[in-house]
Parts: sequence; C-alpha cells; structure tokens
Amino acid sequence: MSEDILANIAFDADGFMTDANAWTPEIAHALAAREGIELTERHWVVLNYARAEFKAKGEAPTLRNITKNTDVSTKELYALFPGGPGKLAAKIAGLKKPTGCI
Amino acid sequence: MKTLLILGAGTAGTMIAKKMSQKLDSQQWRIIVVDRNEQHYYQPGFLFLPFGSYKPQDVVQPKRRYIPNRVEFILSDIERIEPEANRVLLTENKRAISYDYLVIATGCDIRPEETEGLLDGGGWRNNIFDFYTYEGAVALSHFLEKWPGGRLVLNVAEMPIKCPVAPLEFLFLADEFFTRRGIRNKVELIYATPLSGAFTKPKSAALLGGLLEKKHIHLEPDFAISDVDSSANAIHSYDGRELPFDLLITIPVNGGAKVIGQSGMGNDLDFVPTDKFTLQSKKWPNIWVMGDAADIPASKAGAVVHFQLEVVVENILAHMAGRELHAKFDGHASCYIETGFNKALLIDFNYDTEPLPGHYPIPGIGPFSLLSESVINHWGKLGFRFMYWNLMMRGLPMPVPDKFSMAGKQA
Ligand SMILES: Cc1cc2nc3c(=O)[nH]c(=O)nc-3n(C[C@H](O)[C@H](O)[C@H](O)COP(=O)(O)OP(=O)(O)OC[C@H]3O[C@@H](n4cnc5c(N)ncnc54)[C@H](O)[C@@H]3O)c2cc1C
Repeated sequence: MSEDILANIAFDADGFMTDANAWTPEIAHALAAREGIELTERHWVVLNYARAEFKAKGEAPTLRNITKNTDVSTKELYALFPGGPGKLAAKIAGLKKPTGCI
Repeated sequence: MKTLLILGAGTAGTMIAKKMSQKLDSQQWRIIVVDRNEQHYYQPGFLFLPFGSYKPQDVVQPKRRYIPNRVEFILSDIERIEPEANRVLLTENKRAISYDYLVIATGCDIRPEETEGLLDGGGWRNNIFDFYTYEGAVALSHFLEKWPGGRLVLNVAEMPIKCPVAPLEFLFLADEFFTRRGIRNKVELIYATPLSGAFTKPKSAALLGGLLEKKHIHLEPDFAISDVDSSANAIHSYDGRELPFDLLITIPVNGGAKVIGQSGMGNDLDFVPTDKFTLQSKKWPNIWVMGDAADIPASKAGAVVHFQLEVVVENILAHMAGRELHAKFDGHASCYIETGFNKALLIDFNYDTEPLPGHYPIPGIGPFSLLSESVINHWGKLGFRFMYWNLMMRGLPMPVPDKFSMAGKQA
C-alpha cells in the first residue's frame, strides 16, 4: 500500500522528489520504507529541521548544519539514516538532491 | 580621505591591494591591508615539500615585497569585524579602523581539533601529518626521509576543502616517491574519502578513479571519519568501518577564519555568505569577499582567485560610482593535477560545466591537454610557481583567459 501513494509523484533519476511541495508525512513513510527505514520520533527531528532549512534557504542542510542546530549527533545521524545521512534525509524529506561540494 | 580596508594578505588580498592601488586616487583613498603573518606562503608548493622536490625556501617570501608602497600594511591579528559600524578591531595596540569599503580575503585553514583523537590522541606529527600547512608539510618531509614503508592512509575529513585535487595529487606523487626509493612493494596506499568516488565531478571522478586503480591505490569511498584511535593506530567511520594505518596523512576539516564566526558573519564553517556572481557580501553592500573565505560553490584555489580579480575590481568601482554591478564571476576554475612521473592532468570548469576533455587555452592546439595526462601539463604545474610570484602577485596579466570558454572542449 505504501508504494501506491508514490505512484503520482515525480522523481529525478536518483529518486529525489522534484517538487518539495508535493510532499506529505505519509509520503515520507513510504519513501523511508523504500530505503528499509521505519521512521521514529528521532527521524522526525531531522526531517522537520531539514524541511524548515530548505524552506528558508532553498538547499537541504549539511550534516554539520543539522548537528549544530538540533540535538542529534553525527553518530546518531548515521544510525538513523545508514549509509549517507545527508542524502537519505533529504530524499525522505522530499527535498531535491543536495548539491555536492566542489 | 576614504578607506578601503583589506583583511588578509594572501593570494587574494595581495592581488586586490595591487589592483585597487592602481585604480583609486591616492588623494581620496587610503588603502590598508592587515595580516597576522609576515610571510607569504605559496601553498600549492606544500604538495611538493613532503617529497623533497621543493625546499622550504621555494615556497616562502616576505609579504611586504608584494604590497605596493602606497598601501599601508599592518601586521596584526584581526580581533573582530563590526559590519554594522563599518569598523574592524585589531589586537595590535587595540587599534580600530573605520572603513568605507571592506574586502574579506582571510582564506581558510585546517581544524584538526574538530576530529576526535586527531590532534590530542598522541599521534599528531608522530605518525599523523597534514600537508595543508607549511609546518605540517616540512615535518612530513623529515618523516618520509626515514620511513621504511607500511600502510599509508590518506583521509579527507569533510568537504569542502581547499584545492580538492591536492589529496589525489599527494597519492600519485607518493606512488612515484616510493617507487623511486625502491620500496613501493612495502607500501600500501589507501585513499579514504567522504565522497562516493575519487572526485566531485562525474567525468573526472571516473578518470581519476581509473588512475588510482592503475597505480594500485585503494579507494575507500563514503568514509566519514568519526575518530582517530592512536592506541591502535586506526581510524573509524561513523558507519562502523575501521582502517588501520602506520602513517596517517590527514586533510582535516577546513574552515574559514575564526574571526568570521566570532564576528557573527559566517555559516557553519565560518565561510562568508557571498553572492556567487558579484562576489558582494549577501548582507552588507560595502563588503566584498574573495578567494577561500567565500561560501560560493566554486573550487577554493589560487587560480580561481585570479579569475575573480577583475570582477571584484569592476564591481567595487561600479558600486563606488553608484552604478549597477555588471561584472559576474562564472565559477571558472583551472587546476593542474600532478599524476606522478613528470606528468599532469589539467581540468578546466565553471559553475555550469564539469571538466571536459580537449585542449587549453588554444582550441585544438593547447599546449595543454584537458583531462588527459601529459608531460607538458606537468611543466605547466611547475611553471605556476613562477607565474604566481612574478605575474599574479605583481598584478601582471597571466597568459590565460579569465572567462571560462567551451572552445577546444569536447562535450
Ligand atoms: C596543499 C595545497 C595545495 C594547493 N595547490 C593549489 C594549486 O595547485 N593551484 C591553485 O590554484 N591553488 C592551490 N591551492 C589553494 C590556494 O593556495 C588557495 O586557494 C589560495 O591561496 C587562497 O587565497 P586566499 O587569499 O583566499 O587565502 P590565503 O592565501 O590563505 O590568505 C589568507 C590570509 O589571511 C590571513 N588571516 C586569516 N585570518 C586572519 C586574522 N584573524 N588576522 C590576520 N590575518 C588573518 C592569513 O595569515 C593569510 O595570509 C593549494 C592549497 C594547498 C593547501
């Protein structure tokens, strides 16, 4: 059932939503399920912060920015979003792919 | 009398001081430059110090030699910038300088203290070295002279770093160095990077990844370092990987000058929010930001500073005259990448276009070949030191175009 809700959503080649406004918390659950993640309250601290930052700055926040402005440590970030917390959090939060650094 | 104040007399501060001294009427404007260090380091030379191919005297010159006579040079730490009051406080004699225009060119520096166990774990400058500082590069050269071989791990702690190709160049040169010493078979080379591949830009990442393989340098991608354990001589990543080492070469977290953060003017890493086209501060219209100090998505490199120069000069003059800011920086970067055994690559790119193969600066001819190894590129790299001291720092034109061009590139 969780995949159905994603049926009408537009994604880029890497699976990032192209329109952050189309996102809903239900979509986040479905996107997380794709990644094998079950969202907890701690995930939501990160996701809510990432969305707020994106709204303010137009870019998904860096890991350093997240850990500086929330009570989530880098270690916890990697536990919550195994592999690449920056990219994964942005993906599940419905944000466009973070532009890598140069 | 009005004041143009320049903070930092490194690559950017020195060049803008020279240029503005030629443009501004000395009856109306005084120009002041502040730096805490009397020595000007040619930082690209730090790459060659560890292997003994450059000597310390090759990379240091007195700063004053490149500051024009009419410019006042103040040797002092900058204590605080007060952009609302248009004033900067220095530690020296507690002097306060009021300015009409400010150029921030305080660069960026390494912050080993940001990684647990790196600076304070017991290994620093014993079997852990950086080569992004003069002291680190010199200390490493003494260590390498006697090192019998073992496991060399090069770790980039976090992006962004200045000169993002330098870690790869270090590994290529290390491969050559140990080969020439006859101990390459006793040395393992490992590249642990937070990136998912060898470099940030896809085409060059693939090419550079191939070179790593060819030279038997092991790539450990997506490695986000959590801590250094010097009791076991190993580094750990946040996702639980452990990499043992005999020698750790670290590119620690890079940050802007601390004074930027202390003045409340920076982002999370104390880089100054800057308009990526006009190079004007996003917040204060009489402040310009050049070189590594800016938060713009361009490479942090001396060659980039060179391409920014005309834009900053034009825009400051336009702003002074109440005109619109027409000059736009295009993100142009042009980097030689030493690949060892007297060869080098050249990559040329900007905000919109990743490095492509071709010839530079003259289409179809070169003499430099883009994205492919050649001996001429290596001469180009070595020639950069001459151009740096004798052309760039003296305000003379360089034999390459400022603006990025697609001519000669194969898309
Ligand atoms: C190992 C290595 C290899 C490199 N290779 C290349 C290369 O091949 N090609 C290339 O183009 N670039 C290369 N670079 C990058 C290049 O050196 C820098 O991008 C360039 O020097 C940046 O110039 P800048 O003026 O912004 O900063 P800098 O030249 O670093 O100058 C900053 C100045 O500000 C001063 N300062 C900072 N804070 C204060 C304070 N609070 N009070 C007083 N003074 C202060 C410092 O003393 C310094 O003099 C390399 C760098 C390194 C480390």
